[in-house]
Amino acid sequence: MITPTHYMLLSSALFIIGVAGVMMRRNIIVIFMSIELILNAVNINLVAYSSQLQNAVGQVFALFVIAVAAAEAAVGLGIILAFYRNKETVNIDEMNLMKW
Amino acid sequence: MGQAIAFYTLAAFILGFAVLVVTTKDTVHSVLFLVLDFLFVAALYVLLDAPFLAVIQVLVYAGGIVVLYLFVVMLVNLKRPPEAHHDPHRRTKLGLFLAVAVLLELGAIAVYQTTRPVLSVPGAPMPVTGNTEQVGWLLYTSYLIPFEIASMLLLVAMIGAIVLAKREL
Amino acid sequence: MYYIWLIPLLPGIGAAVNGLVGIRSFSRKVAGVLACVMMAAALGISGVAFWQLLALPAAERAFDVTVAQWIPSIPLQLGTGAIGGFQVPWGFRLDPLSGMMLLVVTGIGTLIHVYSTAYMADEPRGGVARFFCYLNLFCFFMLMLVLGNNFLVMFVGWEGVGLCSYLLIGYWYEKKTASDAGKKAFITNRVGDWGFVLGVFLIYSTFGTLDFRAVQKLAASMPVESAHFGVLSAICLLLFVGAIGKSAQIPLYVWLPDAMEGPTPVSALIHAATMVTAGVYMVGRNAVLFSHAPIVMQIVAIVGVLTALMAASIGLVQYDIKRVLAYSTVSQLGYMFTAMGVGAFSAGAFHLMTHAFFKALLFLGSGSVIHAMAGEQDMRRMGGLKKYLPVTFVTMMIGTLAIAGIPPLAGFFSKDEILFRTFLAYKAIWILAVATALMTAFYMFRLMSMTFLGTYRGPAWETGGHGGLAPHPADSQAHGHAHEPDHGVAHGPAEPHDVHAAPAHDGASVPAHSGAAAGVWHGPHESPTPMTFPLMALAIGALVAGFVGIPAALWGNNAIEKFLEPSFTAQEVRLKPDTTENARQEAGNQEPGSVRLQPDREAEPHASQSTELGLMLFSVLIAVAGILIARKFYVTSPEISEQLATKWAGAHRTLSNKYYVDELYNATVVSGTFGAGRGLWAVDRRVVDGAVNGTGWITVISAWFSGLTDRAVVDGLVNLVGRICEEGSFWLRKLQTGLVQNYALLMLFGIFAFVTVYLLMRWSF
Repeated sequence: MITPTHYMLLSSALFIIGVAGVMMRRNIIVIFMSIELILNAVNINLVAYSSQLQNAVGQVFALFVIAVAAAEAAVGLGIILAFYRNKETVNIDEMNLMKW
Repeated sequence: MGQAIAFYTLAAFILGFAVLVVTTKDTVHSVLFLVLDFLFVAALYVLLDAPFLAVIQVLVYAGGIVVLYLFVVMLVNLKRPPEAHHDPHRRTKLGLFLAVAVLLELGAIAVYQTTRPVLSVPGAPMPVTGNTEQVGWLLYTSYLIPFEIASMLLLVAMIGAIVLAKREL
Repeated sequence: MYYIWLIPLLPGIGAAVNGLVGIRSFSRKVAGVLACVMMAAALGISGVAFWQLLALPAAERAFDVTVAQWIPSIPLQLGTGAIGGFQVPWGFRLDPLSGMMLLVVTGIGTLIHVYSTAYMADEPRGGVARFFCYLNLFCFFMLMLVLGNNFLVMFVGWEGVGLCSYLLIGYWYEKKTASDAGKKAFITNRVGDWGFVLGVFLIYSTFGTLDFRAVQKLAASMPVESAHFGVLSAICLLLFVGAIGKSAQIPLYVWLPDAMEGPTPVSALIHAATMVTAGVYMVGRNAVLFSHAPIVMQIVAIVGVLTALMAASIGLVQYDIKRVLAYSTVSQLGYMFTAMGVGAFSAGAFHLMTHAFFKALLFLGSGSVIHAMAGEQDMRRMGGLKKYLPVTFVTMMIGTLAIAGIPPLAGFFSKDEILFRTFLAYKAIWILAVATALMTAFYMFRLMSMTFLGTYRGPAWETGGHGGLAPHPADSQAHGHAHEPDHGVAHGPAEPHDVHAAPAHDGASVPAHSGAAAGVWHGPHESPTPMTFPLMALAIGALVAGFVGIPAALWGNNAIEKFLEPSFTAQEVRLKPDTTENARQEAGNQEPGSVRLQPDREAEPHASQSTELGLMLFSVLIAVAGILIARKFYVTSPEISEQLATKWAGAHRTLSNKYYVDELYNATVVSGTFGAGRGLWAVDRRVVDGAVNGTGWITVISAWFSGLTDRAVVDGLVNLVGRICEEGSFWLRKLQTGLVQNYALLMLFGIFAFVTVYLLMRWSF
């Protein structure tokens, strides 16, 4: 029997994989994709509980998450382009102007 | 039993492709793995009786957002390896360690939660049946204002993206 | 006569133009001609004004013109305690006395301006304009002094002529002796001016006005202070102190001999003819006041005669030609004051006029001699110049006879009038005055003899223009420069004029003028026409000027005395018809004492004609005796003078050193002033500076403590806060690595923390 615990473990694992990607990659595009993974992990959790509780509100929330993800992707990728145009790189370690 | 097989299979694919996304050197490959990953997530939604969301996942995520990523990857014509420069101040190992620690804790919470009875919280009775209808009903009744705000958010994001990405305004 | 204010203004304009424009851009000729034209115009206006004055009836010969208001009415407290209106206009007054002075100043001034154009011809261009600027400025102030109708306008002129005197004495300011002499004249005059100013203050405090006529009127109504020393006596004494300074009387005469450092025309105009007589003029102007203070009158007479005697005795042994004339001037001024002191104001003013003629003549003549000798002023290096300078010799001889008092030259009448009046007043003073007359005749003929007679003793010169520039072989060492080293040794030890070569006569850039200006000197020579013409004009003046004052004893009518009389009396007395009628009827120089307001004249006997004639004969004999003695000493047998000099070595040395008065002043006044200054300086440094420094130190110390508190406590707190912030931020800023993932790591740490807390809470329950 597949319980919400399984889904929770799955989404936790996916979340942590995304976090690990954010933490260790230097290519900012990959980091953004890792963030998409994290959002998907959240969605999985929401949909799993929606199904468990027989309540469609969770799916509505997932929709909002997708909308936010779309907005985030659009703005984030715009920033990447602008940055690339200035510094000819997408390496996040070179984005360190705001420091002491 | 079939449902369990399907879940584990899908979970294996989701996690496996996720690992590939974050580990593959080639960014284009990474994007493609991301598409596959999203498709398997969509399949998981179907398994969870959320077909509308599964379709949206395929259309918006796999078809829209990821293509956007692919465009950016193509536009960013990298002349040198994107990961060439490594800042020693970055605490990658500490991050990985914390990530694993959080995973273990989350797992502990999840496992601990199974020992508790799952409460069933049925929503308000709706005049419609069927997944798509129910989601639509909720969006246009209780969540109408957040829905409109989301559209506003997307509009602002679009304008922002244009402003950021355009060379000369 | 409303235009009399133009008379001082014209030289003033000339001075302004020459000073503002001329020094930069006028040529020598333009500057000189401008100044001369201005003076000639002033002379012309003066002549017309004087003519109009003469045309008036004798009783109304006075005219006041108020050009503008100067000081508006200021309430000032009087000596009586009442509040008076202190009000001074720019007022000018033309009356017989000022009219006579006007003609003297403008007339002699014009001649000397003409003379200066030639005398100063070798000066640098700007210097000539400067000279004429000063000279015109002097005339401006002098005419202001003469014409002013109140004490303050007179004081403006009084100070102005002192300033111009200073400027002109120091005209060759590169020369130390000249600038020192200028300072000496200025400072000595300050002492006199101090008295004059105090006198003016006292006049205002007493009478509440400064107008001459008003003061005279008020003073005439006061009793004569014959027995006690009252306020009028105080006023007169203070005014006389001013006159002493300006007119070089004992004890303030020391500046006048030194003033000979100035150019000779200046000596002639300022230090012989006009400025130094300002004191005499001022006393005459205030005759009514002085008549009311017989005690001061005695002082005036005594000071005058002592000055005359002392200066004449010094003049006996001087060798510098200008210095002899300077002492002669002091001596003659003493005569004038003697006259004033015995109440013979008219005689004093008359002598002032005649003296102006012959003394200007003598100075200009000496200038001509100096010019001819290329700057030489020592009479021992002259001699026999008669054949080289005929015009100068003749004119100077006229001047000498005039000053000696040989009839019928100008000096005879004026000097004899003074002697006569002195004889009537004080016999003792008369004896001293006669002795002075003897010495005057002696030293003047000594001067003439040493300069013009005998054999030539001066340096040799180039023999004509063809001789080239080589010096005369026999006299190359003594060749005609005044700078030669052995020259100064020959002088007396106290003679300060060793460097008397005029700067005019050095420098090869100066255009050759009559052979004397350039480096080559062609021997003594007659001066050019612009210099000889004033000599001749003044000689004529010296010849005839006395005829306006032929005394009654010589069957004249003493016109000058009757003409001047109204200026020396108070107005309302003068306007009485019977007194003027009386004065007309009186053929002699004596009037009823009530009219003259001269107490000493009351006892004058009517039948003094024989006495006067006898005195005249006596004074002429005295003068002739002086001339003959001088002739014997310096022409026929010069060795006598040297024998006398060695025989009376002490007296001779005393006279040569001018009674050691300069040394006495140096020892007392000058060093006293220096000592007082040093003492005050010491007090200043010790006490005042000490107090100031003490205050300063207290401030410094308290400020040091205050600063310590500030540094330790206040700054410590502020710095502590700052240091905490600095140290804290030094560590905290390391969080700001600028790496996005480190910030994400913090977020992850936050997640970890929350999840951990949640887990712990779950387990605890």
